[in-house]
Amino acid sequence: MASYTLKDLELWDARVREKVAEFGLDCYPQEFEICDHGQMLGYMAYSGMPSHYPHWSYGKSYEKLKTLYDYGVSGIPYEMVINSNPALAYLMRDNSLCLQILTIAHVYGHNDFFKKNFTFRSTRAEFTIGTFKAHADRVRRYVDTPSIGLEKVEPFLDAAHALSLQCRRNLAVKKLSEEAERDRLVAVATPPSDPFQRIHRRQEMTQPDLRRVPPVPDDDLLLFVRDHNPFLQEWEKDLLTIVHEEAQYFIPQIETKIMNEGWASFWHKRILDALELPQELYLEFLVRHNQVVRPIPGSLNPYHLGLRLWEDIERRGDTPTPEEREDLPPGKTGLQLLFDTREVDRDASFLRRWLHESFMRELDLFRYEAKGDDLVVSDVSDEEGWRQVKETLVKNVGMGSIPVIRVDDADYNHNRTLLLSHAHDGRDLQLEYAEKTLSYLHRLWGRETALETVVNGKRTFLTFGERGFSAKAAK
Amino acid sequence: MNRTVESIFRPFEPLDAERSDRSAGDRARHRLKVRESIRENIADIIAEESIIGKDREKIIKVPIRGIREYKFIYGENTPGVGQGNGDSESGQVVGKVKQQGKGEDKAGDQAGSDYYETDVTLEELVDIMFEDLELPDLERKALRQIEAYRLAKRKGYRAVGIRVRLDKRRTVRERVKRKLATHRNRVARAADVSAGTGLAPLAPARERFPFHDDDLVYRHMITDVKKESNAVVVCVMDTSGSMDTMKKYLARSFFFLLYQFICTKYRNVEIVFIAHHTEASEVTEDEFFHKGESGGTFISSGYNKALEIIQARYHPSLWNIYAFHCSDGDNFDSDNPAALRAAKELAELCNLFGYGEIKPLGSRYYESSMLNIFRRLDADNFQTVLIERKEDIWPSFKAFLAKDRGRDQG
Repeated sequence: MASYTLKDLELWDARVREKVAEFGLDCYPQEFEICDHGQMLGYMAYSGMPSHYPHWSYGKSYEKLKTLYDYGVSGIPYEMVINSNPALAYLMRDNSLCLQILTIAHVYGHNDFFKKNFTFRSTRAEFTIGTFKAHADRVRRYVDTPSIGLEKVEPFLDAAHALSLQCRRNLAVKKLSEEAERDRLVAVATPPSDPFQRIHRRQEMTQPDLRRVPPVPDDDLLLFVRDHNPFLQEWEKDLLTIVHEEAQYFIPQIETKIMNEGWASFWHKRILDALELPQELYLEFLVRHNQVVRPIPGSLNPYHLGLRLWEDIERRGDTPTPEEREDLPPGKTGLQLLFDTREVDRDASFLRRWLHESFMRELDLFRYEAKGDDLVVSDVSDEEGWRQVKETLVKNVGMGSIPVIRVDDADYNHNRTLLLSHAHDGRDLQLEYAEKTLSYLHRLWGRETALETVVNGKRTFLTFGERGFSAKAAK
Repeated sequence: MNRTVESIFRPFEPLDAERSDRSAGDRARHRLKVRESIRENIADIIAEESIIGKDREKIIKVPIRGIREYKFIYGENTPGVGQGNGDSESGQVVGKVKQQGKGEDKAGDQAGSDYYETDVTLEELVDIMFEDLELPDLERKALRQIEAYRLAKRKGYRAVGIRVRLDKRRTVRERVKRKLATHRNRVARAADVSAGTGLAPLAPARERFPFHDDDLVYRHMITDVKKESNAVVVCVMDTSGSMDTMKKYLARSFFFLLYQFICTKYRNVEIVFIAHHTEASEVTEDEFFHKGESGGTFISSGYNKALEIIQARYHPSLWNIYAFHCSDGDNFDSDNPAALRAAKELAELCNLFGYGEIKPLGSRYYESSMLNIFRRLDADNFQTVLIERKEDIWPSFKAFLAKDRGRDQG
């Protein structure tokens, strides 16, 4: 540490925390760990977890990060904070004092978001570190077991990783068990009791197919395979559980990237403005702040978009235009509006609610499509185009960038073929990737796997079985 | 609700930082995967022009497809949203469609491409290549090593042996040792006796102390079999008018592989280039690949030249001979019987003799082929391959060596 000591950091941290309390942010206890860039890269490769199970893909991600860092293509982020209770954050020791203060303030922003946003409620923050540690221990044990070993664990994890994000997106909605799902189907199909049934025509009741597995399409691919492939060993089932649980942990972060980064940037700005920093620190802060939240032409910086939106929301609460006032809940100040929104929204709903035409025009958001080898602007945020732009953006944020693929039938054609269906929304699958991913699923399921999707406007069956991959137009 | 949150700072521990290379194991595993991937794509890399004919120490860049992690992702018809400078217009081109791993960089802040280049020395590459051939067996059995000469080598001493290997010096030394030991014994015994009888000890008589069988030391000799480690690669190529640059390039790739392979197996490798049209001559490497000649083709001329050179300089009892001939198969019909005869003779002399017919796609149907002729040649170590394009080189090469392997395991 160059020009400051740990004492300095603690002093500034205390002042930041005063402000945090003053502004009404609600945080978990916070732990900061000072580390060097090597350790930082290590943490980044393992998503910040102090302990994590081994897999070559993390080695790959380390090499990649390191290459980018060594060649100066990308710097190391100033901070890394993980959603746990207490929240854990890493500070780079080579950073300047100003950067450390900024980072500390930024971290409290994230911390508050982790604690209060509804998507994170499913993550059980107090057990995060322990859970990842337990997972790591279990995987290592399987690797060390002579009858299992790395040769079996690794390909299995490869396959599980490929499918880990094929799971339910909104974890606030409770998942029903298969029995409950069947009861619900019967209840839905049963006509409501009719006091005048003597004079009315008898209502037809279509019997739902209760033997079908799953009764309704299932989003959780890994869990479905775990529960319905009778040939899996216990350790294989456990690996599926582990991979699934880790993916679930990260879903809220994927789902709230723009909100979360915007929120933290909003508060670090507000806090540092309130700290009355000495001038040279403050000037450096402004430079750093602008580096982080600047717009990146041609792409979309979540820090920029998020920060601008939060600022806009506060403005609307405090000084709404007449037509905006109609849409707002009555009697809320800008600040109250902010706190409510950070609790109940995720990126998709956040943008849908708060992104409006004039704001989009100000940011010059556009929608692009591939035409031949070029990416060409198809719509800009003008009167005709802004809805298109907004809709595309809402579709692409968070888990929207991952195709929705559900298990439709575990006994398709009565030969235990696993049938998946892709909820096609205009975006086709990348076929090479789909083929390889199906082969992974085949490895887990042990029997043929099929995927119904749409390719170039035609319904298509992709199958992967003993005889390899095939793509056929559906009848 | 003005309660401040708690916080703790954990200071930097230099020792921890040094010790904590937590990703080392996963990195090693990843590198192993990359190496495997090179091996899988070796045929493509071999087909790359740049590596052919380079120095073994030379570092080459090999584009490696990163080990991809497949997932379900959206394809090319996925629209996206970006931010402009304030003057975006419909129809403006904002970028290029990325060909690989497109789905991974939609957020715009991640490094998308999964391609990277890795430096490998040609030597490493050759190693990997030949790993691919699963060679351990081949190495031991197939590449016949010739017992060049035997020689006797000294190895230690023995108590038995033939007269001529008697080591006089050591024998004398043994005798001296024994004599001293005997003498000491005798003195001690005499002292005992005199102490008992009171008589003065007898002065030792000057008696003879002859050599005994136990003293004799022989030099031990073992016979050492010196394995000959010489190999010669005889490259024969048709340089007639019909061999165009592409064909020559394919041939060259094949010769290169063969040469590299032989180099890994023998200490002393020589290479002979024979170019032929209707007549054959020994040429330099440069001439071999670059000098075009015109005229017809007598394949037999090339083989006869090879036989001649082998007789003169590379006697099969001292040299492992690998011969390979590349041609487009456009031989004069009248020469075919002679060519077959010469080929048979060559096959007898060589460890491995191959004929590669190079017919870039499309040309095959209207030209004659030697493949049918050579089918009649029934030798275990003779192999014909057909090369139609770059991608065929590696499989052909494997097939060529497989012949050798098959023979010696059988």
